[in-house]
Amino acid sequence: MSLAEHLYTTVTDVRSQLFFLEKVHQARMGEIVEVVFPDGRKLEGEVLKIERDTVLVQIFGDCSGMDTGKTTVVFSDSLKQAPLSLRMLNRVYNGSFKPMDNKPLFVPDRWQPATGFPMNPTRRARPQEFIETGFSSIDGLNTLVKGQKLPIFSCAGLPAKEIIGRILADSRMSGSDAGFAVIFVALGLTHHEYSFYMRTLEKMSSNFVAFINLAEDSVVERLLAPRFGLTAAEYLAFDRGMDVLVIVADITNYCDALRELSMAREELPGRRGYPGYMYSDLASIFERAGRITGMPGSVTMLPVITMPEDDITHPIPDLTGYITEGQIVLSREMHQQGIFPPVDVLPSLSRLMQKGIGKGMTMEGHRELANRLYATYARGIDLRGLEAIVGREGLSESDRVILDFAGAFENEFVHQEQRRTIAETLECGAELLRRLDPARDADSA
Amino acid sequence: MQGKVIGISGPTVTVDLPDLTLYERVSVGNDKLQGEVVRLRPASAVVQVYEETKGLRVGEPAVRENSPLTVRFTPGLLGGIFDGLQRPLQRLGEEFGPFIRPGDMLPFVPCEQQYPFVAEKKAGDRVGQGEYIGYVEEGAFRHYIAASAEGVIREIRDGNICPEDRVAILEDGTEALLWHQWPIRTARPFTRKKFPRSLLVTGQRCIDFLFPLAFGGTAVMPGGFGTGKTILEQAVAKYADVDIVVYVGCGERGNEMAEMLEEFRSLADPWTGRSLLDRTILVANTSNMPVAAREASIYTAVSMAEYYRDMGYHVLLLADSISRWAEALREISSALEEMPGEEGYPTYLASRLSGFMSRAGVVETLNGKTGSLSMVLSVSPPGGDFTEPTTQACLRNTGAFLMLDTDLAHRRHFPAINWAQSFSLYDRDVAEYCAREISPKWPEVKKRCQALLKQEEQLREVAEIVGDEGLQDADRLLMHVAEQIRSRFLCQNSFTDDAFSGPQSTFELIEKLVAMYDRCLERIRQGESLGEILLEEHP
Repeated sequence: MSLAEHLYTTVTDVRSQLFFLEKVHQARMGEIVEVVFPDGRKLEGEVLKIERDTVLVQIFGDCSGMDTGKTTVVFSDSLKQAPLSLRMLNRVYNGSFKPMDNKPLFVPDRWQPATGFPMNPTRRARPQEFIETGFSSIDGLNTLVKGQKLPIFSCAGLPAKEIIGRILADSRMSGSDAGFAVIFVALGLTHHEYSFYMRTLEKMSSNFVAFINLAEDSVVERLLAPRFGLTAAEYLAFDRGMDVLVIVADITNYCDALRELSMAREELPGRRGYPGYMYSDLASIFERAGRITGMPGSVTMLPVITMPEDDITHPIPDLTGYITEGQIVLSREMHQQGIFPPVDVLPSLSRLMQKGIGKGMTMEGHRELANRLYATYARGIDLRGLEAIVGREGLSESDRVILDFAGAFENEFVHQEQRRTIAETLECGAELLRRLDPARDADSA
Repeated sequence: MQGKVIGISGPTVTVDLPDLTLYERVSVGNDKLQGEVVRLRPASAVVQVYEETKGLRVGEPAVRENSPLTVRFTPGLLGGIFDGLQRPLQRLGEEFGPFIRPGDMLPFVPCEQQYPFVAEKKAGDRVGQGEYIGYVEEGAFRHYIAASAEGVIREIRDGNICPEDRVAILEDGTEALLWHQWPIRTARPFTRKKFPRSLLVTGQRCIDFLFPLAFGGTAVMPGGFGTGKTILEQAVAKYADVDIVVYVGCGERGNEMAEMLEEFRSLADPWTGRSLLDRTILVANTSNMPVAAREASIYTAVSMAEYYRDMGYHVLLLADSISRWAEALREISSALEEMPGEEGYPTYLASRLSGFMSRAGVVETLNGKTGSLSMVLSVSPPGGDFTEPTTQACLRNTGAFLMLDTDLAHRRHFPAINWAQSFSLYDRDVAEYCAREISPKWPEVKKRCQALLKQEEQLREVAEIVGDEGLQDADRLLMHVAEQIRSRFLCQNSFTDDAFSGPQSTFELIEKLVAMYDRCLERIRQGESLGEILLEEHP
């Protein structure tokens, strides 16, 4: 620590969220500064780059009103830290971890850098405890386990938030003593979406912490909010032994903020203008989910991604899919058919399902049942393509049965009005397959 | 020699140390973060730092280490898990807790364990540099210890030795220890390279039969997400018929590495029956670990692989995924403000990659043994687009190309290797080898199998229009057999006993399917109907 705070008025080059400062003595990478505007307004900023005594600072807000003579910059000698305590629970904060309820900040037990540290892979425990979400398409075919990161790939206009809402209200985690908490990070949401989520959170009986960065809020804070959320999550999970579910909506807004700032910094653009380091940057968020051997608690992540142009090969869903342990893909077509949740089962996947299902966890025979449902449905979808050409009459009797199965699967298994337990889900799937049986015998002959 | 930090930008740090050499190691800051000189300027140098630079302050000390970035070779590497800088993650976890903080340094020399050294030379013998003077037993392997310089042995000892002790001393006073260092970016020398021509059994029918890998060869597997790259890499790591496996988790998921570690500990090597971990070295630089160390990780791994190759072992290096390495290269290049090539990648991407892949091969070692280093690299093309620079650079260097297909993966056809687009340049030589070693009919059956799959593809187009019923019996038979080849031969479930298939059973299965086709076709020609024949074939 330096003995005194350093104070400078040597701002030179100012852009929308960035400015250069000269003649700075021994700045620190990532150091937090306070910028005092000529009109007395104060904003925080962070050191991005240092070249001898010239420093590039990114401001958590907007530089409008800044000048190059009177603006004062105060160096704090510390990095962006998150205040941590159990007292953080059940309150709402902005992207900089400032309370939004006009009450003072709690007294933290300790501070921790918001960026976190990578988990040592040898200390990771394998995620394998089943989480019952109540949705058959997830529990039965793309099972979620504690410590997993499973994004929801949505399209504009699809009910991703209703699905998240239902998961929040209906999820059952097999018990942990310290309890359960939800961390909700809103990134660039409209007020309409935000209030939907908040209503759901407030109705819940479990603990929550919310970090809110709305569509009109600072883009820089949009990059910070998920990091604060995860630092809080790690604290609750690994210091306090809680099972924590982290909901981040919407990663697409996060990535756009990343692109915007990258451009402002005049970095080289990669695919579609997104920076080349977007993969590593997203990984620094998603990889914080997990469990640790010999410790209670877990961090499970359910990020929401709105695929631009409904395109799964767009860099945002693409890079996400490379990092996360599977994905739940929503389909516009199924939504138009009135199916809720409109989960497109074929491209959806849970990579950690294998270890979380079966005897002792869900039910014996779960894997086989899921495989048969999946394979038969895939076959049915193929036949739908064929039916479009040759007509239903052109299909053989056994093919028609499979075709009907696909329809029934969507309407009875994927679609659901009520929450289903895992037993109900598996029974529903088994029942659908039983209808197939006479045809199946003939078919395999 | 001490200097100080004068600039910081992402993973690169500028220091004012004079007289540095390129690729020399420098430690920066109070936390002694490790880095490597990547650019020299008058009176300053740019250092690529292998750890998070946040919190580093201008004016903190920078110290030159007088050596390039090295890897330490010693008994005890096998069964270990390291990060990209060869820090022992297991011990790091025990000493520093579940999270890795910048500056948590633990050099890798396993001093706790002693190894019984058997001398093969005696005092008075003349040895050349790199010549073996004796060995220790490392699990099932004989781990040879080389002389560090040329000279005459003054003293050499047998018996239990810990890696820090010296085993021999030469007349000129040079000591030989159980461990030594090697610069990771330098390929280890050998006498000559040989042509790869014998089959490296991976245990995957589709690879071994259709797109074989040869000892000393290279294969790349590009595929979009969810096409099963990692599962396939891990299956090959488990079942490949090699002595030693080096697996690099390069910028991939932490949970996967944890799972692999756990699984390898409990699984037995199908070839020797010993624990799989005993023949494996894991290098884990997960996606959230520092990017610059990710760039170094594949070199650390390949150096360790070469070290065992030099002892005369067959070593297989698997990297998942080389795209993440290329991205790390891009990130560093961009921090250095270099002129970008295609999609922002530096223009030297292709040459660096070929330099790396050229370290594979069958070689005659300096000690007259034959060893091999083979590589299987997965590639993660963005958006599943194979025209991107990394995939293309790999294609120019690779011996086998295993294209993983999103469509097949969606149908849960695993391994999702596209049989129409993949290729292997070792094909012909390996077929000759298999004709000799496994069955003389291997090349012929292979041709038949490929033809059946090809014909099925054409028939499928017809069938989609006229329906299955519109086809003649002979064509329907072909479709049926091709379907059997796809589902029973090409598909292989990694989670069941079927995960491994030896070359003999691979051949028997395909031979049986092709023979069934011939038999049924003959009966159709004689006027029997397909329905009846199939009822008999599949009671």
